[in-house]
Amino acid sequence: MSEEPEIVLGFYVPPHPHPLLAPEQNEGWGRLREAFDTCRQRIEETDADLLLIYSTVWPSIVGHQIQAHPKPVFTHVDDDFHFLGSMPYEFRMDSEYAEKFKDSCEARGLHARTVAYDGFPIDTGSVVALKLLNPDNRIPACIVSSNVYSNRAEQIVLGKAARDAMSELGKKVVVVVVASLSNRMFTEHIDPSDDRIHSAKDDEWNRKILEFFEDGRLEDISQLSRDIHGQIRVSKVVAYKPAWWMAATMGQHNNYDGEVLAYEALHGAGGAVIQLTPAKGGVGDKEFDEDDVEYYHGDRSVLDKGML
Amino acid sequence: MAKGEIVLGCLAPHPPHVVYAENPEQNEPFSEGGWEALRWGYHRLARKLKDIDYDCIVVLTPHWMTYVGTHFLGLERFQNISVDPIFPNLFRYHHDIQVDVELAEAMHDAAAEAGIITKMMRNPDFRVDYGTIVSCHMLNPEWSKPIVTISSNRSTHYYSNEVMNEQAAALGEAVMKAIEASGKRVVLVASHSLSHRHFVTEAPLPEDMSREHIYNHSQYVWDMKIVQMLREGKTKEVVEILPEMIEQTMAEAEGGGLSWMMAAMGYPDYPAEIYGYQSVIGTGNAIAAWDPNEATREIVL
Ligand SMILES: [Fe+2]
Repeated sequence: MSEEPEIVLGFYVPPHPHPLLAPEQNEGWGRLREAFDTCRQRIEETDADLLLIYSTVWPSIVGHQIQAHPKPVFTHVDDDFHFLGSMPYEFRMDSEYAEKFKDSCEARGLHARTVAYDGFPIDTGSVVALKLLNPDNRIPACIVSSNVYSNRAEQIVLGKAARDAMSELGKKVVVVVVASLSNRMFTEHIDPSDDRIHSAKDDEWNRKILEFFEDGRLEDISQLSRDIHGQIRVSKVVAYKPAWWMAATMGQHNNYDGEVLAYEALHGAGGAVIQLTPAKGGVGDKEFDEDDVEYYHGDRSVLDKGML
Repeated sequence: MAKGEIVLGCLAPHPPHVVYAENPEQNEPFSEGGWEALRWGYHRLARKLKDIDYDCIVVLTPHWMTYVGTHFLGLERFQNISVDPIFPNLFRYHHDIQVDVELAEAMHDAAAEAGIITKMMRNPDFRVDYGTIVSCHMLNPEWSKPIVTISSNRSTHYYSNEVMNEQAAALGEAVMKAIEASGKRVVLVASHSLSHRHFVTEAPLPEDMSREHIYNHSQYVWDMKIVQMLREGKTKEVVEILPEMIEQTMAEAEGGGLSWMMAAMGYPDYPAEIYGYQSVIGTGNAIAAWDPNEATREIVL
């Protein structure tokens, strides 16, 4: 693709429903909500025409699923935090972008499909992000899943496919990643006023990652993904993937102005609202080790060669 | 009041493919069939259930994942459409589910008393997970009995497979106490497959059986090992090697279903009835049942 896409803003936001449903129950949840609201205003000040979400809490198995229903309507309830309330929604999706994104995935060797079914269960994180960041559906949106088996190479190529589709359609895009930092929650029900980061170790790692974000070092966070996964991620999936996808989608460099608008505990997990604004004139720090960074050939089968 | 009892335990895998292949009126997509080894096995088990006098089906499902404790459905009726998040092309099922709230509350209370973190789910907008719906549809397509769904606490992810086993066993024992005190006759359902590695691509026609096979031979060998042990009544040993099996095959037993059910049933040492085994998009699925009544216990396959 010759043209670079125009990405106006990037956000990293938590997946939990508390900032949407219960901001008044805990000061930290309230601060996260205020940060969401600030981001919403900043998005409104741009002339973006697409809001693209990558959600770590929308798992897929058959390749990468892309939400293409032009107007999904449902009432969502969270599996764990159902007692906080229901989340009725009606969103506006950019079906044209979804289809183009799927085509771009296939052109890069990825298995992908769009989903456009009434009643499809849009995940808690995406519902929270869309309701708080784009409450009037001013900007059409799109959501892409996180394949449970995929790893670094596939996530990075997925990000590149997202860019291809943006370029082809000439979109001005707000990129949103829905993910916790440390994701270990308390396994007990707690009084909201008692919420805190689950452990000092999780807190220290979160703060280190936030330093990187504040410095705009997105590609460096991407490179640290495996360490982050090992240190502060519950082993629900094979890897900590959102930074790989975000860096690949926003451009694999560290030239951003970063701002951490809030960092708080969400039932023990690390929730942060972070803004990244592409900057001019910084020094990039790209670092690749794949044989081919433009086309997905599968993860490298190093063991096969040892069997020769 | 007579003491309540478990009248049957079922290992009932829930790939939405089997409901899709049945073309029930509740499901929107149309199929040309597929996965007969599982479906015909389910038909036979459903016929057996018709001859059993029972009040309620209690399901532990890995598709209601809770990280904060174990949750129980706590409202009498759930009417909605269930769209499978992974296979929405196959499963868009309109359901009307009756819940035995009294039994759910009794199990919740017994679990809480045993020190297990618990929660009743009272939000009327909550969508019942598709694992519950698939297993219950295949066992009782008429939906003639109330159910209780128990969520799957993700202790495997938060701690280890061994901790999952211990917590599931404690839950099983608590549930059994509640059933006994209730005076009810209950069917338990562990809703999950065995080996659980999926293909990440799908045939253009999902029911094209020329494309269906186990993900790899290692998964198959593990599945057969477990089925053989179940035939021999070695349920305690099966639960003991589950951590290893989960590690090696990504087995869906990680959600605790089998460990919970075996503990509730006191680790049966009689042969399980085997109703079928087949792969679905690469995963290994066995249908099995434990009939505590020796007079009606059969060798099925
Ligand atoms: Fe499943």
